[in-house]
Parts: sequence; structure tokens; C-alpha cells
Amino acid sequence: MSESSVIQVSNLKKVYGKTVAVDNVSFEVKKGEIFGFLGPNGAGKTTTIRMLTGVILPDEGEAKILGIDIKEDPISVKKIMGVVPEVCNVYVDLSSWDNMILTGKIYGVKRKEREEKAEELLKKFGLWERKDEKTRKFSKGMKQRLILAMSLIHEPKILFLDEPTSGLDVQSTRMIRKIIEELRLKGKTIFLTTHNIEEANLLCDRIAIINKGKIVAIDSPEKLKSTFKRMQSVEVAFDRIPEDIRWLHSIPYVNECKKLGDKFRVYTKDPDSLIKELVNFAEKNNLKFISLNTLGPSLEDVFVALTEKVEAKYHE
Amino acid sequence: MSKLHTKRTFLYTLKASLVITEKNARIYYLKAPVIIFGILFPVFFFLAFALGKKVIPFILVPGLVAMTLFFTSSSVGPLITPWERNAKTYERLLASPVSLSSILLGDMLAGVIFGVIISSIPLTIGILFFNAKFFHPLFLAGNIVLSSLCFSSLGVLLASPAAEAPSQVMMLSSLVRFPLIFISGIFIPLDKLPFWGKVIAFISPLTYTVDAMKYSLYDLKSYPAFINILALLFFSFVFFSIALKMHRKNLIKVL
Ligand SMILES: Nc1ncnc2c1ncn2[C@@H]1O[C@H](COP(=O)(O)OP(=O)(O)OP(=O)(O)O)[C@@H](O)[C@H]1O
Ligand SMILES: [Mg+2]
Repeated sequence: MSESSVIQVSNLKKVYGKTVAVDNVSFEVKKGEIFGFLGPNGAGKTTTIRMLTGVILPDEGEAKILGIDIKEDPISVKKIMGVVPEVCNVYVDLSSWDNMILTGKIYGVKRKEREEKAEELLKKFGLWERKDEKTRKFSKGMKQRLILAMSLIHEPKILFLDEPTSGLDVQSTRMIRKIIEELRLKGKTIFLTTHNIEEANLLCDRIAIINKGKIVAIDSPEKLKSTFKRMQSVEVAFDRIPEDIRWLHSIPYVNECKKLGDKFRVYTKDPDSLIKELVNFAEKNNLKFISLNTLGPSLEDVFVALTEKVEAKYHE
Repeated sequence: MSKLHTKRTFLYTLKASLVITEKNARIYYLKAPVIIFGILFPVFFFLAFALGKKVIPFILVPGLVAMTLFFTSSSVGPLITPWERNAKTYERLLASPVSLSSILLGDMLAGVIFGVIISSIPLTIGILFFNAKFFHPLFLAGNIVLSSLCFSSLGVLLASPAAEAPSQVMMLSSLVRFPLIFISGIFIPLDKLPFWGKVIAFISPLTYTVDAMKYSLYDLKSYPAFINILALLFFSFVFFSIALKMHRKNLIKVL
């Protein structure tokens, strides 16, 4: 266990009836990292976050936050973290100001500090103008921003965000992502879950891919992609759709070929040879190139490959 | 070191509970179910029962004060947890540095304060118009506080089932609360109850509140004062401990 790790999880397990929601999960998160938990629905992301934030107790294993076991001293641990659960809301009977102040009190922030911090955060999140209005009529995006602001009132060192941008419009999503990045620059450690691959790709320093309660891979987005060389692809569009595309499949180093609108995406581990073949093909059939791109494996490809691999194992 | 630590923890728990109490007071006192089940119901109920009968002050006033205490104190608790679950504010509360026992203590205190404030209305009416007197003021104060403690603990206990909607919990809690007022010596004196009625009266905390109220406001006496106090303390403790267990057990079912 290294000095700089802020979250240490070993063999964490949670069972609901017959469902093993989280199955022997271990990982570490380092200081200042944005660590993403990526997985399909029901993978166990929320259950893991709930155990790390002291909402539920694990059946087995342990979780340490800054060296403190969450089971042994939940109150101290909870004081240093900010939490935005997957499904949550503000108190709609209170104004955004009162929501902020109440949260500050709950986290034991002193009066002067909580008032200053509330003002600063509400301004930053674009909610200051409506601070005295009851939040009942706030839009989903405004509420989500307020929830994030509330989770920051006690200056937490670690932030747990369970699908912080799901269901939000582009503007709110961008604002929240921007703030997450700013927080990282300030040295906060951020643990977030998402099933949005692009989000994980954009934000995270490292990603754990979780499926059916088990972690199937942990690495940086780029490294995850590079382990899947065979998933490189070439995207090509001709001026007209060629009649016979079966020949593409017959090229030895082509793994897969997909038609996407007026384009083709061809997966290969050898893009160079493939492009040469394509040029030949175009000449023979009198086709003009409109576009030609080589693409690395997308995180989505990696994700699908990893989660399907486990699926296949399950069905054996 | 450990003593200091314990002291700090205790103070911290109390402080956290008070913040929760404040939140509850601001958000839940004015919710319709609290007003309906906690205030309007007992008033109408009592009027319906008392009308058409000759008003006997020493039965009417202690019964009215006790019943108000009972309904108001126990009406806040059943609302809070189900409401918070439904409004999706519960998980954030559970993730905050406030233990479940502090949260429930805060819920209970909200009921206590509500009960004490509202029941001062019938008490004042009794003093002004029905000859009630402060025969035993300290005992009266103790009785009011202990009774509301006991009833609001009951309210917190009634909030624990993992129901889908707050209305289901409110219904259940009414089902439990209403029968108690008939067998606790409010409308029917204890000695006129059949044997089984007396047995149930014995295990109803409201019986001891009514009894103590008669003693402190009209100097009537049946049980020794310490019995009333012990009984109310006992019930408060039992209700709150079971509530804590049940809430902990059902927590995961409702997330
Ligand atoms: N309170 C609960 N009671 C019973 N089963 C549960 C409970 N919470 C989660 N589960 C089960 O545990 C598994 C993991 O659920 P979890 O909510 O952790 O998944 P998730 O990765 O967060 O999914 P999503 O992307 O849909 O949010 C699922 O099979 C789910 O049905
Ligand atoms: Mg989830």
C-alpha cells in the first residue's frame, strides 16, 4: 500500500439475497486522481459507492479512507468526504441558500465559514441570483448543481459522485465536468461512477471496469485502449456505396466490418495493409474516396470486449 | 483520553441531533399529514366524544391534554423517514457525518418540541376555563416532557417499516394509535373497563400520561407518581431501542 493512496479497498463484498452485488473488489485510488468506475446497469457501482461512503456496511472486506477504516470510525471518515448519491435531491421546501447552510451545519462547518463558502459556491454554480427561492421549481440541472455545491461546503478532500451527469443537458453536464476538473487541479481526489464511456475517457486518470460485481480491468483510458490493438479500425467513405462489400471480409487481417450510415468501419490489427487494399479496391471499382480515417480502439470497444468476455465465461 | 473522547462524541451526537431537529421542524411541522393527524384529528375526535355529554372538567381536561400530547408528539416521527426516502433526501443524510442514532434522536426531539408546544394550548384552556390548577407543577412539567418523549419515540418506531409511500406509514401509524385512546382512561375510566381492557391499559403508555395529568391538574390520584414516571421512561427506552434496530434493518430495503 503506497503512501499516496487515499482510498484503499480490499476484498469488498456485498450480497443481497442471491445477488452478489459486489464480489471481492479490491483497488486503490491515489491522491489527486479522478478515478472512474465504469460498468453497465446493475454492475455494482452504486453498491460499491454506498459501502465506501458508509451508507451500508460491507459483508466482507475492508475500505480505508486516508488510512481510516470506514467501519471503525465512520463519522471521521464521512467528514472528509463529499457525496453525491445516484438518486438524490435537495430539500425542495427550502431555498438553495438554506440547503447550503443546513448541509454546512450537518457537516459541522462554523457559521462564518459556511456562509462565506455557501456564497462562493452558489455564485460559482450560477445559482446566486435565485438563492432565496424555494428549490421546488428548480430544473433538474439546477438541482444537480446545487447538490454538487452542497457536497463541497465542508471542503472535502475526497469526492464521491455516483453518475453525476446522467440525465442532464449538455450545458449542465459541461459545467459539472468543468468543475470536476477544477477540483482535481485543487488536489481533490474524485471517485466517480458512470456508464458513459466518453465521460470516463474525458475525465478519468484511471478507470476500473466493473461487470457483475467484479472488476475486469483497471488502467488509464489510453492503456486500456492500447491493450486492445486488434480493435484498431479504419473508417472509409466512398462517393457511392460499392455493390459488393463481401471482399472486405475476405481480407485476412480484417476482424470485423460494419456499415455506419454512408461509411464503413473496418476493424483490423494492421491498418497499413488494409488501407493499401482499400486503395486497390477503389481503383478497381472506380470509386472515389470521400474520407479515410484510422481510429484507435474506442473505450467503448474495450468496454464491450471486456464485459462480453465475462459474459461468455458465465455461460460456459 | 477515552473519557474525553466519549464526552466529545456525546456532545457531537447531541449537536448533530439538534441540527436534524431544526431541519425537521422547518420542513415537517407544516406538512399536511402532521397537521391533520397531529392536530385536527384529536380535536375533532374529542369534540365528537365530549359533545352531548355533561362536561366533567377533571375528566375532560387531563384527557384532552394527554390526547393532544399523544397525537402531536407521535405524528411527526412517522412522517419524516418515509418522506425523506420518497423525496430522495435520505441517502445523502445517511452519507453525512451523523450517525443513524443521531438522526433518529433528532426526529424524536422534533416530535417532543411539537408535542410540548401544541399541548400547551389545551392546557391553557383547562387552566383558564375548567378549573385546572398547577397542583404539582414540577411533576406536570416532567410528565409533559416524558410523555412527549415516549410518544415521539413511538412515532419514530412507526416510521421504520420499509413502505413504498409515506401515506402507507401514516395509515399504519393511525391504526396503532387510535385504539390506544379508548383503553387509556381518557373517555372510559380505567375501573369501568373489562378485565382485558385493564390489561391493555396497563401496557399503553398513554394510561400513565392521563393518570399523571389528573394528579397534577386536579390532584386526583390512582397510581403513585413514580410508577407513572418509571413507566413512561421504560416505554420511551423500549420504543427508541426497537426503532433504532428496525430502522437499521430496513435501511437497505428502501435505498
Ligand atoms: N437494496 C437492494 N436490495 C436488493 N438488491 C439490490 C439492492 N441494491 C442493489 N441491488 C442489486 O445489486 C446489483 C448491483 O446494483 P447497483 O445498484 O450497485 O448497480 P449499478 O452498477 O449502480 O447499476 P446502475 O448503472 O443501474 O446504477 C443489482 O443486481 C441490483 O439489483
Ligand atoms: Mg448505480
